[in-house]
Parts: sequence; C-alpha cells; structure tokens
Amino acid sequence: MAKDLKEIKDVNEIKDLGWDELIPGAALFSFTEPVEDVVEVPMEERPYAPTNSHEWQVGDWRVEKPVYNRDLCIDCQFCWVFCPDMSILSRDKKMIGVIYEHCKGCGICVEVCPTNPKSLLMFPEHTDNAQALAMWPKKEEKK
Amino acid sequence: MVKKIKNLKEFSLSNDRFEGANLMCPGCAHNIIVREVLNATDDPVIVATATGCLEVCTAVYPKTSWDVSWIHIGFENAAVAAATVSAAYEVAKRKGKLPPATQKLVEEGKEPKIVAFGGDGGTYDIGFQSLSGAFERGHNFMYVCLDNEVYANTGGQRSSSTPIGASTSTSPAGSVSYGEKMMKKSMVEIMADHGAPYVAQVSPSKWKDLVKKVQKGFEVYGPVYINAQSACTTEWKHAPEDTIEVSDLGVDSCVWPLYEIINERDEHGIIYSTKLNITYRPKKKIPVEEYLAAQPRFRHLFKPENRHIIDLWQKAVDARWEYLQRREEAGV
Ligand SMILES: Cc1ncc(C[n+]2csc(CCOP(=O)(O)OP(=O)(O)O)c2C)c(N)n1
Ligand code: SF4
Ligand code: SF4
Ligand code: SF4
Ligand SMILES: [Mg+2]
Repeated sequence: MAKDLKEIKDVNEIKDLGWDELIPGAALFSFTEPVEDVVEVPMEERPYAPTNSHEWQVGDWRVEKPVYNRDLCIDCQFCWVFCPDMSILSRDKKMIGVIYEHCKGCGICVEVCPTNPKSLLMFPEHTDNAQALAMWPKKEEKK
Repeated sequence: MVKKIKNLKEFSLSNDRFEGANLMCPGCAHNIIVREVLNATDDPVIVATATGCLEVCTAVYPKTSWDVSWIHIGFENAAVAAATVSAAYEVAKRKGKLPPATQKLVEEGKEPKIVAFGGDGGTYDIGFQSLSGAFERGHNFMYVCLDNEVYANTGGQRSSSTPIGASTSTSPAGSVSYGEKMMKKSMVEIMADHGAPYVAQVSPSKWKDLVKKVQKGFEVYGPVYINAQSACTTEWKHAPEDTIEVSDLGVDSCVWPLYEIINERDEHGIIYSTKLNITYRPKKKIPVEEYLAAQPRFRHLFKPENRHIIDLWQKAVDARWEYLQRREEAGV
C-alpha cells in the first residue's frame, strides 16, 4: 500500500521508502503546521516537515570540510553571504559555526575569509576539529 | 516595506527562506543569487521557477528546499506563471478575497513580492515569447535570469547567451573550431526596450549592489528584469571555491558591467524618459584575458591559432563599456 506524504512525521520513514511506495502528489509541505510569517522565525524554531530538504543532509558529499577558528574571526559575514548552501550559522551579527549536515565543502567561505591567518580553513573530512585548530597556521607575512 | 540593510552585518540577521541540502553543485552561484534576492525583503515572496538546475535540484520529490510559496512550472513559461499569480493576486485583493493570513500581512504593509527565476536557456531562448508577452502586458512581477551562459542542467549545450569562444557540448573546441561562434545576446537592452520600469544587471559577488537593485525592483510597479551573472563550476569548469573570484573578474574586466536602466512612461504608456546608470566602476579595469584564463571553458583560446578571439573579446568588451558610458552621460 502506498503511503500518503501527509501522514509521515519522521524523515527516516521517507528515506526508507521506494519511489513507488509514496502516493504521488503535486504539493509538498515545508512545515508540519502553518507558519504565519516564516521570515520572523529562525531556523531552530521552525516546524520543518520531513519533506523539507532542511531535514536531510548532503554532508557526505564532502572530501574536505571547513573548520572555523573563533579566535581569529572578525565577524565580517563574508562567509555567511557567499555560502551557497545556507551552511554558515550567524546569529546577532556573530558568526557561530558551520552546519555540517548541509555544507557541501565547496570552500568558498575559506576563499572569501579576509583574516590573516584565515578564520576558516579546509581540512580532510576525517580530521578532528580540535586537532585542526591545534595545527592552525601562523600569520602569513605580506609578500 | 523596504527592508533596512545598511551593511553586511545587518544583512546577516536575515532568516533564509531557501533551504540547505538541496542538490545544486557545491559552489553554485545560482544558490547565492537566490539567497540574496530572497533576503532582500522581509515581505512574503511567491516564486515561480523555470525548469533548469535550480528547479530540478531544489524539488526532488518528495523534498522541497523552499519555505516560500513556490511553483514548479515548465521550461518556457516561468514568466507567465508569475504574471498569472500577479494578476490573480490583484483581483483577489480588489475583491477583498485574499486568504486571511495574507490579508493580515498586507495590512501590516507586507505586500507579497512575486518573483520568477529562469536560466539563460529558459530566458534568452525557450521562455522568451512568454517573457516578452508578460512584459508587454505590464504585469507587476520580477523576473530574475540566472545567467550561466549555457544549458547547464542538460549537459552544457550552448544558448544564445553563450559568449564567443566558449567550449560547450554543442560548440566544442577542437582542431577545427575555437568553440562558440556567436556573440552573446544583449538581453538587458532587449528587456529595457519593452518599456519595463526597471531593468538591471547584477553579480552575486557584489551583494550590496544586487540587493539594492532587487529592492528598487520591488518598489516599482510593473515588470522588472534582473540579469544575474551566475558562475557555473560545472560548465565554466573552474574550481568550486573560485565562484566569487571568477564573478569578480567578470565585473572588474567589464565583461559583466553592473548597470540599471530606468524607463518612465506617461498614462498612455509613452516612454518619456530613459536613464542608464552604471552602478559599479572598477578602480582598475583588468584585461579580459584574466577573466578568460580563470575558466577552462576558454582554455583553448590561449593557443596561438585562437589568440585573435581573445583580441576580439577585448574589442567587444571595450566597445560595450564605451557605449554604456556614453548612454549614461547622455542620460538616455
Ligand atoms: C520545453 C522543454 N525543452 C527541453 C527541456 C529539457 N531541459 C530541462 S532543463 C534544460 C536546460 C536548462 O538550461 P537553463 O535554462 O540555462 O538553466 P540552467 O540549468 O543552466 O540553470 C533543458 C534543455 C524541457 N524541460 N522542456
Ligand atoms: S564549504 Fe561551501 S557549503 Fe560549506 S560552509 Fe563553506 S561556503 Fe558553505
Ligand atoms: S569570513 Fe572569516 S572573519 Fe568573516 S565572519 Fe566568516 S570566518 Fe569570520
Ligand atoms: S551545473 Fe552549474 S548551474 Fe547547475 S547546479 Fe551545477 S554549478 Fe549550478
Ligand atoms: Mg543556463
């Protein structure tokens, strides 16, 4: 029996279904309940539906990940504005960190980071973040 | 209501209405443009998207990456979908038949913004008749072309936006060809000549210029066309982390000039004033060669037998920059 999308509450339930096990439908819901003015609601408080890609992850596309060093960051927000994948978390004008579930490892945030040394650097995916921070490069002399 | 965005820190307070874990390539500029456009306003937004990378990769059934009302439409009719929404909205508003939630937002000054996104294939070529029709009829909506100069979603075929010398799957460079033979179509002028109140060219790397233009576009009544440079890591063949740098090279070489055209019409629809403003002037205009060198789709142009195409490029870019400056100076 094919399932109705509206009855599915858990994202893992959809992930396990084959394409022919879902009732085809024309409308996909972003949220499980009406949200009056979504722009006023931060990501953490939104009632995301399992059919919202926000509930899924693409982190396994990466071979390298950006690691963030709070001590060097000047909160310029270049990484926030140029991240194509909504994966830089900023709150109250401060950069907080990377959303690894959604980060595809493109490296744009590292390229645009203006500090010296950079406050974001790419490391092989398997590197432990604490280890990455311990081997952070020193200030580069201007050539 | 115009959202106050004085600087980047203030812009970063925006709550995105476009979601992660969509399936666009890493480093895709389409996404950066969509974020900047949606975050330019806090009003409700209704989006229609033409088939192309953006549509296909943000709505893979049973998932959506959109927290705004979003319409999945054909390749050739994003403009007409948006125009229809706009017309229906105006009728419902006039008759007092808006849904209560929308009515409440409108009373708070949050008038919905209607936006169509289309690729260059869906805009310059296949959706052109519906786009032209919607602009001629004067519907109140914004059309944003995500211009990556190629049909990216189907494997990189040339479009009428593909510039000369680019190697694409239907204009491949090789021993007998330097790649694409035609010059890029001047879509911005073509749309301005429809008499649209506001037409502009933008790049996602100049986020403030883009946001300002989108806000201006939302403020005028009538069809607005925004041509957005969209570096495509897959078809331009640059590394994903270089998307912003390649965009900047395009702007600083004047290959991708940032400007706007404002038409004013009287009550009979007669255009009595046309103004072109250049909104960004590179401090140092860099040679086109640097822009081309950053993208392997132009690699073959650096062979001795193809060098003349680079000279042609520079000539064409200089002539166009000259033309834009003359128009700006003359106020036409
Ligand atoms: C009428 C029609 N013709 C062809 C296609 C196949 N098709 C889907 S996406 C696409 C290319 C889109 O190119 P573009 O509009 O430039 O968007 P991009 O993918 O580059 O962002 C094509 C040819 C289609 N969906 N509909
Ligand atoms: S690597 Fe790319 S996707 Fe990941 S946070 Fe940086 S800019 Fe965003
Ligand atoms: S670009 Fe670098 S300095 Fe700026 S907010 Fe991001 S991490 Fe901090
Ligand atoms: S092919 Fe190009 S336009 Fe399409 S998702 Fe990939 S980078 Fe973006
Ligand atoms: Mg395209």
